[in-house]
Formats: sequence, C-alpha cells, structure tokens
Amino acid sequence: MITEKVMFFVFASVLVFAALRVITARNPVHSALFLVLAFFSSSALWILLQAEFLAITLVLVYVGAVMVLFLFVVMMLDINLTKLREGFIKYLPVGATVALLIIAEMIIVLNANFGANKITSPMIHGPGYSNTAAIGGVMYTDYLYPFEIAAVILLVAIIAAIVLTLRRKVGAKSQSPAAQVQVRKSDRLRVVKMPVERKEIGQ
Amino acid sequence: MIELLIILAKIIVIVAPLLLAVAYLTFAERKIIGYMQGRIGPNRVGPRGWLQPIADALKLLFKEIIVPTNANRFLFVLAPILSIGPALAAWAVIPFDAHLVLANIDASLLYVLALTSVGVYGVIIAGWASNSKYAFLGAMRSAAQIVAYEIAMGFALVGVLMAAHSINLRDIVLAQSGGIVHWFWLPLLPLFLVYFISGVAETNRAPFDVAEGESEIVAGFHVEYSGMMFAVFFLAEYANIILISVLAALLFWGGWLSPFQGIPYLEGWFAVVPGTVWLLAKSAFFSFCFLWFRATFPRYRYDQIMRLGWKVFIPITIVWLVVLGIAIVSKVPPWFN
Repeated sequence: MITEKVMFFVFASVLVFAALRVITARNPVHSALFLVLAFFSSSALWILLQAEFLAITLVLVYVGAVMVLFLFVVMMLDINLTKLREGFIKYLPVGATVALLIIAEMIIVLNANFGANKITSPMIHGPGYSNTAAIGGVMYTDYLYPFEIAAVILLVAIIAAIVLTLRRKVGAKSQSPAAQVQVRKSDRLRVVKMPVERKEIGQ
Repeated sequence: MIELLIILAKIIVIVAPLLLAVAYLTFAERKIIGYMQGRIGPNRVGPRGWLQPIADALKLLFKEIIVPTNANRFLFVLAPILSIGPALAAWAVIPFDAHLVLANIDASLLYVLALTSVGVYGVIIAGWASNSKYAFLGAMRSAAQIVAYEIAMGFALVGVLMAAHSINLRDIVLAQSGGIVHWFWLPLLPLFLVYFISGVAETNRAPFDVAEGESEIVAGFHVEYSGMMFAVFFLAEYANIILISVLAALLFWGGWLSPFQGIPYLEGWFAVVPGTVWLLAKSAFFSFCFLWFRATFPRYRYDQIMRLGWKVFIPITIVWLVVLGIAIVSKVPPWFN
C-alpha cells in the first residue's frame, strides 16, 4: 500500500510538472514532448487504479499516433514565438476573465460533487479481475447507444475533414497504378519485320 | 526484496540472450546477403568470421561520440535510449512456453502494440535534435510511414483477438492448439500478410527503409550519430526485427505448439522437443525473411509506400474483419466451432 502511494505521488508530480511545461516551454517541440510525458504519467496513474486497458490504450492512441502527428506538424512549422507573444498585454483582460470564470466554475462543481468525504475509495479487485472484459461488457450492453453514436460522430468528423481538405487540382499529374499494371507489351512496343540490310562496301 | 532479485534475474535471462541474438543477427545478415549476392561475407575475424559482431561492437565502443553544433544535446542523447527502451521492454510479456513468461498480463497484445508504436519517438527526436536536413527528412518520412502502417497492423491484430477471443498472448497461442491447420495463418492469411509487411515497414527495413534511404538522404535519421549511440539505434532495429518475428510466430503460427500435433507417429516422435525450440525455429525463419527481403526487393518509392499502406492494406483488413466476423458467428469448423 505504501509503495502504491509513493508511486502515485511520483507519477502525479511528474504529470503536473509536465503539464505545466507544456504551456510554459518556449520551444513548441518541447511542449509536444512534455505532453507525451504527461500522457505517460497519467497512463501510469490509471495502471495504479487497475485500469490497464484504458492505460495501454491511452499510450497506444495518444502517444503512438496522435502525438506523432502533432510532432510532425509542429516540427514542419517554423513557429516564431516572439511574434506570437506580441499581443500578450492586449489579450490579457479577455484571457484573465475566461480563466477566472473557468476557475470559478470548477470550484463550484468540485465543491458540490467531489472531496474526500463524498467519493468512496476505488474498489480493489482480486487477481481474477479483468478490466478489459469489464469495460467491454459495459460498453456493449449498458452504453451501447452512446458508444455507437460517438462512433458515428467520429465517422462524420473524418468524412468532413476529408471533404474540406480534398481539392483536386486541375491539370495535376498523377500515376494510375491500375493502368500501369495492365499495360501489355503490345500497347507500347511494335515489332517490325524487315529484311536484313547490308552496308555496301566500296561505294 | 528476494522477489525483486528473482525478477531482475529473469530479466537478465531474457535480455542477455536477446542482445547476443541481435549481435549475431547482424552477422547473419551480412553472411546471408553475401551468399545471396555470390559473395562470402565477413570471414576474417575468428573462425569463418564468427567473432565479427564482437569486433564491430568493440570498434563502435571506442569511437568518439560527436554532437553536432547547435544540436539539442539532451534530446540528441535521449533519442537512442527512447529507441531501444521500448524494443526491449516489449519482451516482458512475450511467452516462450505455456508457463515461461516474465509477466503474464491481461492485455499483453495491446501492451506490445503500444510499445512498438512508441519506438518511433527515437527516430523522430533523433532527426529533429540532430540539427541536420538529412536527418530531419528521414524523421519526417518515418513519422508518416509509421502512422500509416500502424493502423493496418492494429486492424490485423484485431482479427487475431477476434479469432482467439482474448488479448492475452498466452491465450492466443492456446486458442490455436490442435495442429497446423488450426493455427491462425489459415483463416487469417490476408491479415497475416498485412501484419508481416507492416512489421517490415514499422522496423524501417528494406524495402521500406526510406527513413534511412542511403542513396537519397545519406543515412536518414541517424546520419549525425557516431560510435555507441549509432550502435544503440542499430541494436534497437534488430531487436525489433526479432520481436516482430516472434510475434508473427505467436499470433499466426502457433507459437510454441508443435507443427506435428494431431499427426499420428510424428506427434509422438517429436514430443520430446520443448515448445521453446519450435517458437525459436519459427521466429528464426521470419527473421531470415527480413534479410531475404533486403537482398531481394528494391526500395519502394515514397508515394508507393503511402498508397500501399492507406489504399491497399487498410481496405483488405477491414474486408477481412467482416469475413472473419461472419465466419465466427456461423461457427466455421475447424477454427471457430
């Protein structure tokens, strides 16, 4: 139990540190890498809660795919940070108002629903417990419709993203592999039969 | 305390032979490709060249490590570590026999998939931190390639877990017991091909080695690395080859199960062979295929790689998942009854 607590505090402090560095790091690539670290630490916290399926999926989806794409984009863009910081004073009142509102809302919600006395400590399951099977069972019975609706929304988002960005350029040249494969010798090459020609000597 | 020491000993028992296998896979690669090209390959160091990998390792150890100017020193050093870490950590859940596994965790297939996808960070960070155009190009190529093939690979593995009703590697192998026709290669043949080719692409091996692409971008992401740091990238690549081979054997070719199971006489004669030997033999064949591909195929053009990943493999896997679902629901013998 004591090791679990120590590990929780280690991972939680790494998580908070990494999350802070995401917004304070000067280099956007460093920010993205700190976000990766944050995902890893939160995945470790989920493992401590015996939610191994969620933890591994977090690493697989967010670290393995989403953040790779993020890094890809961030590395390609040459972001000039001094330019981005120019309007800091100008936007400060609006930003501060929004931040204060969010903080106030969070205080209200957290006070009402959370707290050491309001939440029961998580159940500690025996060795036979499978978090994967438990999630699967709930997802395909109790939460079947929300799950399916979420999937459809994601599908719509994928199609929308493709429709918005797919522009066929007029006159763009591209290869058609199907046509390339189907080419036969007779389409390209004409064998001509002709009599042997001799070079006449001495003329 | 004693428990920790036992786990540590088990880790050493797995990692030490693995690193030896990696060293000799490099030797095997040079020898095999040599013979395929009508050469002899390394034959000077030790009897018939058998000490060549050790000589290579010593040479790389004594070389100077050069950090390029204006490179990000911390990330430059971190990149090889991020590359080898996941390649070794994935071995924690690989079962070598029905009871021979370091950590028999519930979601071991997912764990392996997650770790192999994390390995790309080594390549990306190396390319970015090197402060070199060629390295950066290699990193960009690798990032796009791995994202494309990861999806196809994930879908292929979804087929495996549908057929086995489990994401635990041990249970997946046990679900294949009953003889060579019961192994998943037969009902999942398209998925196996997609998985193995994606595995070649994920390890950045020929014919998908555009991240290195020595004829275009010198050596790609590790062009600025020298000495032992370069060697660590090399070790990670070969450890990943062996990992993909072992996974192919476990997921599609019955793992440690004997190929003579269910055949009269032969089953009895080969009963003395321990399961680990079968697993190693199957994995060795797939590792050989990696070397064979490198000697056989020319490098894919970059747009062809993208086309193969997105437009060929992903549709194949999706169609086969539907076919597989129908087969499982209608209980097609001998696999799903």
